[in-house]
Amino acid sequence: MISLSHYLVLGAILFGISVVGIFLNRKNVVILLMSIELLLLAVNMNFVAFSRYLDDTAGQVFVFFILTVAAAEAAIGLAILIVLFRSRRTINIEELDSLKG
Amino acid sequence: MTFVQFCFYIFSAILVFAAAMVVTIRNPVKSALFLVLAFFSAACIWITLEAEFLAIVLVLVYVGAVMVLFLFVVMMLDIDLAVLRAGFARYLPVGSVIALLLILEIALVMTTTFGPGEFTAPGAHPADYSNSKELGRLIYTVYVYPFEIAAIILLVAIIAAIALTMRRRPDSKYIDPSKQVKVNRDDRLRIVKMKSEGGKQV
Repeated sequence: MISLSHYLVLGAILFGISVVGIFLNRKNVVILLMSIELLLLAVNMNFVAFSRYLDDTAGQVFVFFILTVAAAEAAIGLAILIVLFRSRRTINIEELDSLKG
Repeated sequence: MTFVQFCFYIFSAILVFAAAMVVTIRNPVKSALFLVLAFFSAACIWITLEAEFLAIVLVLVYVGAVMVLFLFVVMMLDIDLAVLRAGFARYLPVGSVIALLLILEIALVMTTTFGPGEFTAPGAHPADYSNSKELGRLIYTVYVYPFEIAAIILLVAIIAAIALTMRRRPDSKYIDPSKQVKVNRDDRLRIVKMKSEGGKQV
């Protein structure tokens, strides 16, 4: 039988891959957004597994809300990306230094 | 090996492979497509966890809406991949080491705390058990306020996305209805008085 730790380790592997994705593609905003979606998927995997093994549906309600927020985040992030590309003609993060931060 | 175990290992292998391809492949369109594959196999794993509603929502909302949005944006942008990929090989060793450490640490804690002996899966629900019904009962009773806040967040996202990307293009043939209504005769029509030519009598 599959134990809870199988799912949690799967979530951890997904999380690690997403973190390394943020490291590798630190110039490409599109891949960064995709890595963030993967991070959220890893967290959701843990929530669903806990919900099953503790026999408590509340965990799935949380996944529901995380999906909502992630969809909103993706929509606004991509809209900002479009505006950014229109004004600067690039999505390279290193060239986005007009705030001089 | 039971059928559920078989499904778990197959789908997790596909999921991990697809996730690795998302972050390493060169072409952003392909990485978006691999993300679709990752979401799809995650949905399959959630079905084996008896979270049917969320699995379908993941396929409909993520694969159907969010990833299509990603593909649209990736195809609209004209990006120079060579510049964006610079430094990829340089960050690979550091990134891999950190990811491995992260995975090892989390796995260590998870396997000792939530190992096979600690939690056993409750038996499968009866055939007439409805996951959507149960979720709906929770969302509309206990979590009704968070549910309404989620609705507001989605509304804000819609308005923000439209407000950010809307622009007036000078070369478009757009007609402003209020200007059209407010126009009066003198702007459009000019009556020229001129003498008639003295000609033949009819």
